[in-house]
Amino acid sequence: MSITRRIAIATGLTAALMGSTAMAQDNVRIALVAKSLGNGFFEAAARGAEEAAEELGNTEIIYTGPTSTTAEGQIEVINSLIAQQVDAIAISANDPDAVVPALQKAMQRGITVISWDSGVAPEGREMHLAPSSDELIGQTIIKLAADNLPEGGQVAVLSATSTSTNQNTWIEEMKAVMDQYPDIELVATVYGDDLADKSYRETQGLLQSYPDLDAIIAPTSVGIVAAAQAVQDAGKVGEVNVTGLGLPSEMAGAIESGASESFAIWNPVDLGYATAMLAHNLATDQATAEPGAEIGMGRMGTATLDEDNQAAMSEPFTYDASNIEEFKSVF
Amino acid sequence: MSIAQGTQPRHVPDRLHGRPTRILRSWELLLAGIAILIFLANTQASPYFLDPWNLSDATFNFTEKAFIAFAMALLIISGEIDLSVAGIIALASTAMGWALQFGIGTPGLIVIGLTVGLVCGAFNGVLVTRLGLPSIVVTIGTMSLFRGISYIVLGDQAFNGYPTDFAFFGRGYVFWVISFELVLFLIFAAIYAGVLHFTNFGRQIYAIGNNPTAATFSGIRVARVKMILFLLTGLMSGIAAVCLTARLGSTRPSIAFAWELEVVTMVVLGGVSILGGAGSILGVVIAALIMGLVTFGLGLLNVPGIVMSIFIGALLIGVIAIPRLIRLVRTGKAA
Repeated sequence: MSITRRIAIATGLTAALMGSTAMAQDNVRIALVAKSLGNGFFEAAARGAEEAAEELGNTEIIYTGPTSTTAEGQIEVINSLIAQQVDAIAISANDPDAVVPALQKAMQRGITVISWDSGVAPEGREMHLAPSSDELIGQTIIKLAADNLPEGGQVAVLSATSTSTNQNTWIEEMKAVMDQYPDIELVATVYGDDLADKSYRETQGLLQSYPDLDAIIAPTSVGIVAAAQAVQDAGKVGEVNVTGLGLPSEMAGAIESGASESFAIWNPVDLGYATAMLAHNLATDQATAEPGAEIGMGRMGTATLDEDNQAAMSEPFTYDASNIEEFKSVF
Repeated sequence: MSIAQGTQPRHVPDRLHGRPTRILRSWELLLAGIAILIFLANTQASPYFLDPWNLSDATFNFTEKAFIAFAMALLIISGEIDLSVAGIIALASTAMGWALQFGIGTPGLIVIGLTVGLVCGAFNGVLVTRLGLPSIVVTIGTMSLFRGISYIVLGDQAFNGYPTDFAFFGRGYVFWVISFELVLFLIFAAIYAGVLHFTNFGRQIYAIGNNPTAATFSGIRVARVKMILFLLTGLMSGIAAVCLTARLGSTRPSIAFAWELEVVTMVVLGGVSILGGAGSILGVVIAALIMGLVTFGLGLLNVPGIVMSIFIGALLIGVIAIPRLIRLVRTGKAA
């Protein structure tokens, strides 16, 4: 093969790279870094961020992430974002500690860094936006049950394991607001250990022990699906309403059959929207991330930072027959 | 041919082409040309590319993988392969994180990382050379085995809190923008090139790859050479594990996930024959640079990672298939 031909081949291979040129610098460029690409949850968050960018104007969202959920993949992405001198990086971290050095380098070069969804250790970010808080989740799960019981009634909780920190905290928070619902009686709390078959059997037990049961609250995505199935199999659809925290893709069937009137989980579109709004406000110096600060999130209200510069976006979003079709393919 | 001519001294060439022709026709020159073109394309495509610090950051995209690729090149030339290298990284990193819980310091951690690498390499080597199992099957098995142990130990947890002086091995700079890992990359490149191209051991590796039976009858201890190469690959994976763990400052079982494919890609793109018997370290060095330049360059343009993989895959097939296609077309015409 001649030299000229070799060069011709090589030119052809690299031609693809030559296409694009540098783009304008006027926009506020916010990078939304996902745990990995090709995940419906993050794609939906990116749509929310685009919505925020449109509302803000002069804002460009760079939605990016590694192909597998590894810290080293995210570090490569962060390095290329630093090199491009973006204005803000908003990351859902695969490892709260491993990305810290790369993000610190970004902050040293004047880039606003926030984490969302899955947080980064405090030294590696200016603030963290959690989708919700323990308090808001506890309040939401009892409200979901109460909204369908205007006359009051009996409810039971189907939790994960008796030592699950998250579920125990949420149930405590729920009990703290029970006095707002005087007609609702919490008759039992059972544990399905986040196993489908055990959750199913525990639900059967509840249905037998409490024939007048009106609702089952399952603040676990495994438990809620199993409970809905058990209610359906027992022919108690319409008598016992299953609610709690679940994923739209797994709960679509239960909503359709009527075993569940409604359930809740965070809305990724809102989360992406709120994240982009916060990043924009911090990057354009309209707000500073410090304990106690209140930072605007557009239509999602304001985020109030705690002593660790963390904030909760909102109470979990309620999914029912009206919106399940839209979200069941998302996550 | 007349009898008179036969009396003159005859010149019998020992190779088909002279040195200049061979250099001009070499794989390495083609790769170097591609690397330069990708570099130039990158400077055109992004205004941020030509910055010493940015380029320095980009070297981390390939240094650790290249450490393993050097040893893997020798192994593939000898006709074997090791697909468990990323699993070895996960296991070595997990062992270091576990040892950390007992307050072991930086020197101890490095010893543990390298030892685990060697032990894993020895395990592969024994299964291949003593039991005569095919290396691709053995290492597909140990790939899951090694990473599986990490998953059992860690689950969804992580080891972190590595000492600050340990971080130097992954994040340290020797001079200005020249990182410790880059220096290590250059040192290993020189050592492996020396061993492969200028020692008897190197010639033995080529001989084994070309024809193991002939090599055995030539007095080469084939099993011993292969065992050493598996140990080397394990050791280099251990070194990569030390550097990567130091750079991340934490260990998760997903660490270095799917790196074995990138390492093998680097080796094959570097002109090492996957069938064994041919290849050079210079080719692997240039292939490492190409892969680093492509991932960083496309990263600057915010091209999603999966498109980068497609580009690397196309590059790999392209540089391997095109010369062969051209040869086919030429012989077709000649016939």
